[in-house]
Amino acid sequence: MGKTILTVDDSRTMRDMLKLALSGAGHTVVQAEDGVHGVEVLAASPMVDVIITDINMPRMDGYGFIEHVRRKSSHKGTPILVLTTESEPAKKLRARDAGATGWIVKPFDPEKLLAAIRRVSP
Amino acid sequence: MDPMESIKQTYFQECDELLLAMEEGLIAMENGEADSEAINAVFRAVHSIKGGGGAFGFETLVSFAHVFETVLDHVRSGTLAPEADVVKVLLRAGDTLADHVAAARSGGFVADDEVKSELSALSNAEAEDLSASSADIDGLNFAPVMIDLDGSATPPQTNGNWRIRFVPKAGLYAKANEPFLLVRELTRLGTVEATPDTSRVPSLAALDPDESYLSWNITLKGCEDRQKIDDVFEFVTGDCELDIEAIAAAEPDPAPAVVTIADDVVLPAEMGSVEAAPTEKRSVAASGGAETQVRQTIRVDLDKVDRLVNLVGELVITQAMLSQRVTDYSSQQGAAVTAGLNELEHLLRELQEAVMAIRTQPVKSVFQRMPRLVRELAAQTNKQVHLVLEGEATEVDKTVIERLGEPLTHMIRNAIDHGLEMPDERVAAGKPPEGTVILSAEHRSGRIVIEVSDDGRGIDRDRVKQKAVEKGLISANENLSEEEIDNLIFMPGFSTAGQISNISGRGVGLDVVRRNIVELGGRIGIGSTAGKGSRFSFTLPLTLAVLDGMIVAVGDQTFVLPLSHIIESLLPKASDIRSFGAKGTLLNVRGGYVPMISVAELLGIEGGVTDPAAGVVILVESEGAGRMALAVDNIVGQRQVVIKSFESNFRHIEGIAAATILGDGRVALILDIDGLVSRCRDGRRHEMQQAVGA
Repeated sequence: MGKTILTVDDSRTMRDMLKLALSGAGHTVVQAEDGVHGVEVLAASPMVDVIITDINMPRMDGYGFIEHVRRKSSHKGTPILVLTTESEPAKKLRARDAGATGWIVKPFDPEKLLAAIRRVSP
Repeated sequence: MDPMESIKQTYFQECDELLLAMEEGLIAMENGEADSEAINAVFRAVHSIKGGGGAFGFETLVSFAHVFETVLDHVRSGTLAPEADVVKVLLRAGDTLADHVAAARSGGFVADDEVKSELSALSNAEAEDLSASSADIDGLNFAPVMIDLDGSATPPQTNGNWRIRFVPKAGLYAKANEPFLLVRELTRLGTVEATPDTSRVPSLAALDPDESYLSWNITLKGCEDRQKIDDVFEFVTGDCELDIEAIAAAEPDPAPAVVTIADDVVLPAEMGSVEAAPTEKRSVAASGGAETQVRQTIRVDLDKVDRLVNLVGELVITQAMLSQRVTDYSSQQGAAVTAGLNELEHLLRELQEAVMAIRTQPVKSVFQRMPRLVRELAAQTNKQVHLVLEGEATEVDKTVIERLGEPLTHMIRNAIDHGLEMPDERVAAGKPPEGTVILSAEHRSGRIVIEVSDDGRGIDRDRVKQKAVEKGLISANENLSEEEIDNLIFMPGFSTAGQISNISGRGVGLDVVRRNIVELGGRIGIGSTAGKGSRFSFTLPLTLAVLDGMIVAVGDQTFVLPLSHIIESLLPKASDIRSFGAKGTLLNVRGGYVPMISVAELLGIEGGVTDPAAGVVILVESEGAGRMALAVDNIVGQRQVVIKSFESNFRHIEGIAAATILGDGRVALILDIDGLVSRCRDGRRHEMQQAVGA
């Protein structure tokens, strides 16, 4: 059975690419365009299995979104993968400190994306 | 379409939006109005362009965007102050990035070395090696940075057997990592035997549910590549104790396994396919502060909208037809039906307006292209120019917007090249060295007015007149009003620049601008004061789908005159009509003479009113020849008509703009006043104007 995956990214291109890769592998994709929208979507979709989020976004960035999910939502235990083009340890560490489960470096190849999901979700 | 190809299209669309948002933010920075969110938005725009570009392998674009992004990162983190010269480089970098996007879209090469090195200078990045291949740029290079966990730089080559001690900390669970999944992942690398170590689990009373007590001893057999094992634990580095060591070939097998993870664990990739649920497509207004309300929009194929516009148009016609029929059969019971039809008419008018509104867009998309143009022109001419944009949110039909770019570009070029003076000239004239060009848009009585004004030298009318005489456009003794002189610059074959500069003189004159505007159903107005500046205004219809028209009868024909061209209508007295020359006729309008033409005569319609004094005269304003009086039989009424293209169904006819269907179902032609006037003026215009002037 496929998973339900929430993707949070302000770039339409990236949302489309994620959706293509994920739905191609049998997952259901729910989309949000920034952190605030992500929080709203999450509140309305209790069945999200994995969250994939960008870092640089308007209104609420990825760090803020992750912190919110970990501290204030009913999805404390939902794995969160961070999308980042920055492979610098500092950015990853900051996302991890906020509570990210893992990360995917853009541009991602679909195989690696699916492998990352497999590593964080049953 | 190939899904990746379609995403690529999306990417370019998004790039256009992001480039606009970037430009807007950079201009705000230039004006010192940028808050941190605006700077962040610029950063995000460049970042997103880079991110998507990486996915499609646009390496030169990505490598440039990376350098640009690095500088922006310094600006947003506050280590680089956005001072004037910094912003200048950023603006140029923005232009170069736009060029890169264009090159990625349609091929071409962008010379970016200079801008790149200016950017690098800003970010003090000695490390930033410009000649480095793009693979060195992070973000392109997929391989994650690995941290060597056990400190041994080069693990001994083994027979592929490993002993792993894995002690998760509480933080691992808090981040929603799961040891079971990691062990399962190891099974993809080889045969796994995992033994949990429960020795640290306390009694139930003392157990803290958030604490981590379990650890695992794992043996993995048949994995040659140590890197792959590290990859499995990549996400939990720092949240666990992890020892990975190779088992020497001679070593005996470790303790028997307690837990064996089977190879046949169901993996997501093998799971049944589930249709992706339809998710809402929304797009965020690309910029704006944190408080800005996010507008929700949908993307709709323009064809669909046009189909809708067309349908509503048909509906309006049907309604008009019905009401006409009811009026014709009018009787007692007809009154109630008429009331209902009136109601329907109101609703339809509203529906039509709402549908038309779908096709409208803010002029911002075309206005935003101008700052770059101004920067480039200022650099080429060595003039200092400050561009002010006003009314960017003004909405107008998409087609109008699309066809507005070229005329606007031309007018801005004209303003900077011919209008504004060199800085020293300006100072000598008591003006600030920096010239101002204002580009504004506003709605005015159902039309949109776009103005380009400058505070330059104004139109030199003596010079214009002299030039027009030299070019043979007018004769030397012609007596022209200021307005008429100003209008000469829009004549074909006119150019005031002593020599053709490479800015304004690109083989197209302002006559092309006028033609473009007229084709859109618009008009150009000119205002100029010597030494103070000039103002050019384009008055355009909000939509090209409907038109407010005056319905007139000529013989047995019915015509529609665009209301926008009509000044007034008159019932002329016989004494006001003077014949002039062989065929010309003049009409005395409150003491001034206006050339008069008979529509019946011009279009060869018989059976109409032959004596203008018995008919109605409609005073119109035409682009080329100023005021004209059109003689028709009578006025039928005034109403909004749906424009049906003539050219797409038949062919272009001089003097006829389009057709429409009237309430009674008859087809009526919409007259093109300018075309009509030029049809008759050839050979007669000068005669007439001389007579009017005399």
